[in-house]
Amino acid sequence: MSNNYIDIIRSGINTTFQDKGRDHLYHIGIPFSGAMDNRNFLIANKLVNNNLDSSVIEFAYQGPQIKYSGEKINIAITGDVIFTIKKKGTQIEGNCYKSYQIENGDEINIISTNKSVYGYLALGGEFDIKPQWNSCSINTKAKIGSNDGKKLDIGQKIYLKKINLNKDIKKTNYINSKIENIRVIKGTNFDYFSEEGKKIFYEKEFAVSKLSDRMGMRLEGPKIDNIVNTNIKSEGLIKGVIQVPADGNPIIMLSDHGTIGGYPKIGVVASVDYDRLVQMSPGTKIKFKEINLSDAETLFKLYEMETQNLLSQI
Amino acid sequence: MIKNISNLGDAAVYCDFGNEVNKTINSKVIKYFKTIKKNNIEGINNLTPSYNKLIISFDLNKTSFKQVKNYIENIDLEDSQNINSKKLEIPICCDENFSMDIKRLEEILKLSREKILENFLNKEYFCYMTGFIAGMPFLGDLDENMQAQRLETPRVKVPKGSVAITEQFANIYTFESPGGWNILGNTPLDVFDSSKEDKPNLINPGDTVIFKEITIEQYKNFNE
Repeated sequence: MSNNYIDIIRSGINTTFQDKGRDHLYHIGIPFSGAMDNRNFLIANKLVNNNLDSSVIEFAYQGPQIKYSGEKINIAITGDVIFTIKKKGTQIEGNCYKSYQIENGDEINIISTNKSVYGYLALGGEFDIKPQWNSCSINTKAKIGSNDGKKLDIGQKIYLKKINLNKDIKKTNYINSKIENIRVIKGTNFDYFSEEGKKIFYEKEFAVSKLSDRMGMRLEGPKIDNIVNTNIKSEGLIKGVIQVPADGNPIIMLSDHGTIGGYPKIGVVASVDYDRLVQMSPGTKIKFKEINLSDAETLFKLYEMETQNLLSQI
Repeated sequence: MIKNISNLGDAAVYCDFGNEVNKTINSKVIKYFKTIKKNNIEGINNLTPSYNKLIISFDLNKTSFKQVKNYIENIDLEDSQNINSKKLEIPICCDENFSMDIKRLEEILKLSREKILENFLNKEYFCYMTGFIAGMPFLGDLDENMQAQRLETPRVKVPKGSVAITEQFANIYTFESPGGWNILGNTPLDVFDSSKEDKPNLINPGDTVIFKEITIEQYKNFNE
């Protein structure tokens, strides 16, 4: 075992290891999990010269405070995050999308995300953590993944099994764009809702509720009226599905969602908008805009090209 | 066989086999599920069979709705003989500490505790699907005189191992989770074991399950 490790001085609100997630397990009840905001996850790894699917530390709202011990290493933080780095008594304000070299005794204090939810901390190297089903992503509800499926906790020591120091400081000028409308594709139970309900869904604003986490995002707003049945025979779910239970308030399935559900599906968030959707913090207003399948496919391809371009320039 | 194939969002195919819940339709769903899983098609990254639907998720970077739909429409289904299903016996303890909703069920079903348990235990169940939480089996079908609705307010914490019923179905809570089904008893058996990565689920779609009552002493000694 190497002697490079971090001590968790403060754990933050919901701090977990995440990577690209795990697939082929829906049929036994296990969702993809993985980094909520995939683009920011990839950029974090690229900035420290890691494999793009290496595990990073994902945090929500308030992040962790960590102390590093060992040989020199690169770190980078992505998202819209306020953090400081303390080196031998001097403290600097950190910038996202830029790698820093830290050394024995340095501390990183991730104070908060700014008008967003998730941020990513990548260390140049590989954490010494154990994957489950080919992924280290932690799903705290199912207690699956590295760290026994639990959030990172105060007092924990996490070792790195290898480090890859890069002398050059890498940076990118990426700015997280905010969007006003979330584009959706009509769901399989769209016709369960009244004409008025459909109109409300596409024309009114909904607010992200505090009861949102990695499993789902609950929305509050005008009630969407169901005229057929408020339950369906339980069937599969995928991330991005917007279910409307009997109370008329939509719930969007996110990366750790239950794999089966019995509420009507009014719509599905287009893949192109998923990374930006998950960053909407409680209180943020959402408006849905309908798009068709072929537009959704084209927009996703463009978004992917943009991501690849961003990565190739780092 | 599939009544309708549509898109669920831009990265999943929604196969609709009908609206009824019965073994015949579910067996068709499982047949498609097993064949697609075995064929291991590039880009398909998840399959969710349920009572009468099959959802096929795919990586939008590798394939598309059109391609997957075309594959499904031209699939050569496996012979049903190749579907290996197991018959399982699940121990259940219905001690009063475990059968948390028995009083409620006595009232709703207008049956005595003894009669409810007798009906429940003298029945062979078919596993339609697993999921919601990891490894949870959805078993059917309960007779009409055993059908009760979900609790009005779901429990925040249902204990691990709880065996519960609602409508025509029974299930087993594979780990502590919120839930609103009517709890009849508890099994000491690990129905989901995440340390067995190749076979975490004890019960799989298509399997047959019977419950065998055990005493509280047998329950306590079960894992020793």
